[in-house]
Amino acid sequence: MPAFNVADVHLSIDSQFENIELVQVLLEDSLQRLHLDEDSRYWIGIAIREAVANAIKHGNREDPDKQVTVRVRVVEEVLTIEVEDQGEGFEPTEVADPLAPDNLLKPDGRGIFYMKRFMDDIDYSFGPQGGTLVTLRKRLGERSADTEEEREDGR
Amino acid sequence: MNVTKREISGVTVLDLKGKITIGVGDVALRDAVQEAVNSGATKILLNMEGVGTIDSSGIGEIVSAYTTVTNRGGKIKLCALPPKVADILQITQLITVFDVLDDVDEGVQSFQ
Repeated sequence: MPAFNVADVHLSIDSQFENIELVQVLLEDSLQRLHLDEDSRYWIGIAIREAVANAIKHGNREDPDKQVTVRVRVVEEVLTIEVEDQGEGFEPTEVADPLAPDNLLKPDGRGIFYMKRFMDDIDYSFGPQGGTLVTLRKRLGERSADTEEEREDGR
Repeated sequence: MNVTKREISGVTVLDLKGKITIGVGDVALRDAVQEAVNSGATKILLNMEGVGTIDSSGIGEIVSAYTTVTNRGGKIKLCALPPKVADILQITQLITVFDVLDDVDEGVQSFQ
C-alpha cells in the first residue's frame, strides 16, 4: 500500500512576488516526499505559482500588509493545496477563455487556465468578509500505482 | 533571469537564462526587448535554451514582445525551446502564433 504521508504545511506570506519563490522551495520539499516524479512536481509547482501570484496580484493588489495563506495536505490520496488571499474576490464565470481567438494575443488571463490544466480539480470560495480561497486538488493514487509497478518490474 | 544581447548577421539575439516569472524575469524580458526595439532592432531572436521555468506572466511578456515588435514592423522569433516551455506554449495554442526554430543558427538563418 503506497504511503502518501506528508506533514501538513501551513504558511503565510506578505503580498510580494519574491515570496513566491519561498513558497515554491518549501512546497517542493513536500512534493518530493510524496514520491511524485519530476514532471508532476514541476507542473504542480507551476499551478501553485499561478495561484499564489493571482492571490498577490489580483486578490491583495500587491498590498504588502495583506497576507496570502497557503495550506497543503493529503487527504485520502488527494493532494490538496489551498491558497487564500484577503482581497475582494472575483466572479469566476467572468474569466475569459485564453484560447478564444480574440484573447490569444492578450498578455494576461492564462493563470487559471494553467491551474486547471495541471491539476485534477480547482474550485473557489469567497469569505463573507472578503477574501478568495482557491483549492487545487491532485489525485495521487494512479501516479503511485504506476511507480509501484515500475519498481516491481525493475524499471 | 539574466539576458545577454548579441548581434549575429543583423539579428539581435537575446539569450535568456533563468526563470521568466512574475515580478522577476518578466520585467527583465520586457526591458530587454524594449531596449532592443528602442535601439532600432527589427529582427529579434529570443534564445530560450536557458529558461528553466516560465509562468503565465512570462508567457504574457513574450506575447507583449511579439505585439510590440510586430506593430513596429519588425519580427521576433523564438528558438531552442526546452520541452516544458514548448509544452506550456502548446497548451495555450501560442506555439502556432510564434515562429519557433530549433536553435540560434537556424533562427538567425530564418531571418535572412
